[in-house]
Amino acid sequence: MKQQLYLWRKIKDKGMSQLIGLSALMMVGILFLILGYIFIKGVSALNWDFFTQLPKPVGEAGGGMANAIVGSFILLGLACSFSLPLGILAGIYLSEFGRNQLGTTVRFAADLLTGLPSIVVGIFIYTLIVLPMKGFSAIAGGIALGIIMVPVITRTTEEMMKIIPLTIREAALALGIREWRTILSVVLPAALPGIITGIMLAIARAAGETAPLLFTALGNRFWHSGLDQPIAALPLQIFTYAISPYEDWHAQAWAGALVLIILVLGLSIATRFLTRGRYYFMR
Amino acid sequence: MADLIGGKRITIKELNAWYHSLQALTNVNLLIEPNKVTAIIGPSGCGKSTLIRCLNRLHEIIPGARVSGQVLLGSQDIYAPEVDPVEVRRRVGMVFQKPNPFPTMSVFDNVAAGIKLNSRRSRNEIATIVEKSLRQAALWDEVKDKLHNSGAALSGGQQQRLCIARALAIEPEVILMDEPCSALDPMATLKIEELIQELKENYTIVIVTHNMQQAARVSDWTAFFLLGELIEYGHARQIFSNPSDKRTEAYITGRFG
Repeated sequence: MKQQLYLWRKIKDKGMSQLIGLSALMMVGILFLILGYIFIKGVSALNWDFFTQLPKPVGEAGGGMANAIVGSFILLGLACSFSLPLGILAGIYLSEFGRNQLGTTVRFAADLLTGLPSIVVGIFIYTLIVLPMKGFSAIAGGIALGIIMVPVITRTTEEMMKIIPLTIREAALALGIREWRTILSVVLPAALPGIITGIMLAIARAAGETAPLLFTALGNRFWHSGLDQPIAALPLQIFTYAISPYEDWHAQAWAGALVLIILVLGLSIATRFLTRGRYYFMR
Repeated sequence: MADLIGGKRITIKELNAWYHSLQALTNVNLLIEPNKVTAIIGPSGCGKSTLIRCLNRLHEIIPGARVSGQVLLGSQDIYAPEVDPVEVRRRVGMVFQKPNPFPTMSVFDNVAAGIKLNSRRSRNEIATIVEKSLRQAALWDEVKDKLHNSGAALSGGQQQRLCIARALAIEPEVILMDEPCSALDPMATLKIEELIQELKENYTIVIVTHNMQQAARVSDWTAFFLLGELIEYGHARQIFSNPSDKRTEAYITGRFG
């Protein structure tokens, strides 16, 4: 009887272990499947022209997405220029002074904003900025992407600051260091690696957004001629090319997807590498 | 006594402390002698830590914490309305229970933190103070070749001496120690205890400890607390050999705690 029970438990144990192992494997498998597929499809259309040339008119072979690559960087730069300071400062507020009604409200609002469908952000910016400015523009696109990034940055900054132990803050205060100094020079540096990871996630998400750019940045087949003018972006270009009826455009869309993934991946690997080993957490 | 430098007498008058509605200290009157080691002993939750956190106004950073009464540092009441708590903390250094070096800073920067983040000093001046503080904390010889390594990479005992050096660097008059050896092994504890004996030449030292032998070894004066009240206060020798209160006797002989 006892022996049987033991055997049954052993079977269950083995079964469950293998099930969770398999799930983990499948999860990674999906990622590699996507990456692999995009690589195979995209790499054939990838050449030097892709990075240096403007799109060619329909029917002409060749051309590239140089304007879209640059456009994506400009849009992300615009988005970061206000979402980073806003998100980090709001996160510091929530973590250090947010134990009140206002803090609860801001936290709730940030969570709602995170869950907001990105197309809604696009429509919102369309009404708020594109219509009054009487035209699609890089600025409108940048703001739309920034709005998508802000809540993520705010909440990760808050969480990362909060996990810095109280003992570290007390140590600083006990040295007669003022509270703002303690937050800025002791707590923030300790939380920085986590905050940077959060920022990278936010940028990665914004870099791939297409919907909010449809009615804001619009897209452009040429170099942009000013921040108040429509601008190209990789996801927009991929979208346009992918739904087109032309075979060579499809190939370029795959190449665009590959470049987008490599850029995002490269960016986060680079920051990981740069911030690695410079920070130490307490045992 | 003219050759004694640095240490200040602390006079605690009718001190009460609360966490929200919970009273942690009740009507404490205590005179802490300069350039002596005063040990605060008592069972968990008796208000030992609260008491020393009232001496550098760190108690009040906890939400809902309140204090009434007077604490005189020399002749100045640190709870007088015009006193800036930050200034108080620059005169009263503190060492905590668990070694807590700043995780992102090197050994050097840990010690320099208090002066760097408080005042403008030249690099040379800072380097001089850092070396002096590390020597005072008996850590210099062990870390002089790795001043720019992480402070968190040192051993537990070294980290605690680093925290002592960090507190010394701001040139305080009083050093508070909240169970400074409770996370350390016996050898590291011995080093800290020897250090305490050297430091009392220049500072007034208040140490909270759970360890009765430690209190007997290091302290000149000993105060016994129970449930937020001062039960007995006297020379360490007298408290440990001939306590006048039954509860003190019961505690030091290990019948409760």
